[in-house]
Amino acid sequence: MKPSAKKTFVLTLVLMLLFAGSVLALAKINSLRGSQATLQDVLYMPSGKLIKRMSLGYSGLLADIYWTRAVQYFGSKHIAQSMHYDLLYPLLDITTDLDPQLIAAYDYGSIFLSEQPPQGAGQPDKAVALVEKGIRENPAYWRLYFTLGFIQYQNRHDYHAAQEAFEKGSEIPGALPWMKVMAARMAERGKDIGTATALWGAVYQMASDKEIKHTAQLHLASIQADIAIDELERRVQTYQQRTGSFPSAWADLERAGLLRGIPLDPGGVPYQLQPGGRVEVLNAKKYPYLGEWRQNQH
Amino acid sequence: MIPRLSAITSNTFREAVRDRVLYNLIIFVLILLASAPLFSQISIDIERLMLVNLGLSAISIFGVIIAIFIGIGLVSKEIDKKTLYTILSRPVRRWEFIVGKYLGLVLTLLTNAVFMTIGFYAALYLYTRPLSAADARLLIGIYFIVLEFLIITAVTLLFSSFSSPIFSALFSFALFVIGTFSEDLRNFAAYSHGVGKWGAYAASWIVPNFASLNVISQVAHKQPVAGAMVLFNTAYALLYSATVILIAVLIFERRNLK
Repeated sequence: MKPSAKKTFVLTLVLMLLFAGSVLALAKINSLRGSQATLQDVLYMPSGKLIKRMSLGYSGLLADIYWTRAVQYFGSKHIAQSMHYDLLYPLLDITTDLDPQLIAAYDYGSIFLSEQPPQGAGQPDKAVALVEKGIRENPAYWRLYFTLGFIQYQNRHDYHAAQEAFEKGSEIPGALPWMKVMAARMAERGKDIGTATALWGAVYQMASDKEIKHTAQLHLASIQADIAIDELERRVQTYQQRTGSFPSAWADLERAGLLRGIPLDPGGVPYQLQPGGRVEVLNAKKYPYLGEWRQNQH
Repeated sequence: MIPRLSAITSNTFREAVRDRVLYNLIIFVLILLASAPLFSQISIDIERLMLVNLGLSAISIFGVIIAIFIGIGLVSKEIDKKTLYTILSRPVRRWEFIVGKYLGLVLTLLTNAVFMTIGFYAALYLYTRPLSAADARLLIGIYFIVLEFLIITAVTLLFSSFSSPIFSALFSFALFVIGTFSEDLRNFAAYSHGVGKWGAYAASWIVPNFASLNVISQVAHKQPVAGAMVLFNTAYALLYSATVILIAVLIFERRNLK
């Protein structure tokens, strides 16, 4: 080996060792700081408006970065089934201060905020504040009124406020006709399973994000299962009144003429008949919102 | 070896001083003196906070600007003026030239930072006297800024060893910005899939990590910085700078200077 080649070999080896050392040190720093370290900075920021002034005109780019951070923060907490989403609202607030026209941040951010933990932050009041800010900044965008009405109805159970939101949204040029229908339904019936199905159906249709669509689908499946379980339990009660005992299998109800075939849940799996006449789904994880509507109605 | 290195180091430092680099200290002091009373008039209870944020940010920004704009000319200027040939015709090795230049610029930045720190503490004393024990913690923030200088100087010297001054400045500044968002790059990698995931991971290890070196907000709010963080950030800055300088040496050793 030539002396120069030997020198290069030794230097390359040292280089690799130094780089490996820097990677190890960085890995240690990352583990000490935690994955949310950068996001914690929002706690020190006096306001998003100040950040906007300091962004030297690149506020749009910065808003995109903050929106990405908010989504990543929500995603990591959601996967970890966390019960606390303390940084979510400050991140969304800064994002929308930086770019008040970033509709996705209002639309999806408010859903992230309003859902109950661990599905979301469980902060419907902050979700309403965020959407109202969006409406102030984007008064011609009728879909934000839909989101507002939806949160008022679903999470805050304030039917009057929901009606108002749907009504105001329906007056904006370009709003779809069912906004008026929603307003009417709120005014006349308040909380019922049919309205919930219609609302989640609309969310499913309008959302372009896969996660939101999936959540809407889970809500719809849970509502469907709730309706079916209600009906099945009613028939089990009828059977018990007739015979004096609870059925031990679905076949008993079939023989009594109360059922045609084995009832299946929205996933195509048979409902489970429990002792004492209770009806359940086999895999409750597929129906995370099961029972919500029955509890509300009872 | 040591006398040759120290000669190149001191010459680089003297040259920077002759270039009136330390004039930025006057602007720095003016900013500090003007900021606190100004913000106390238009806001409430953020006099100290503003002074600390502004002071430490100014130390960092001035340092990075000096590191980039002096660093880009360290090699190319010597080639343009033909002084490099005089140096290398003496018993000076190429790696000694690069390392000496690096140490000279770091010494300049360190001197600058020391003067700025004195000015910063003087302003802090003037507006918030007496100084508290928490104010000593601000030195950790300044120490981390110095570590930042070690890395950015090495990066600039690396680009300067093979590229033109304009491109060196562009590359260094771009890498500084990317390094500031390196944690976002790591988070992006954690949530992406396939080739993008591994590409983002690799990039997050390769680009300098400036995010963990920025504790200005933390110390401004009197939050402590863990001892382990100081230790590992020091190790990281030294190892990363050494890696980059070694690459610069390898490139410069092979460069045809004829």
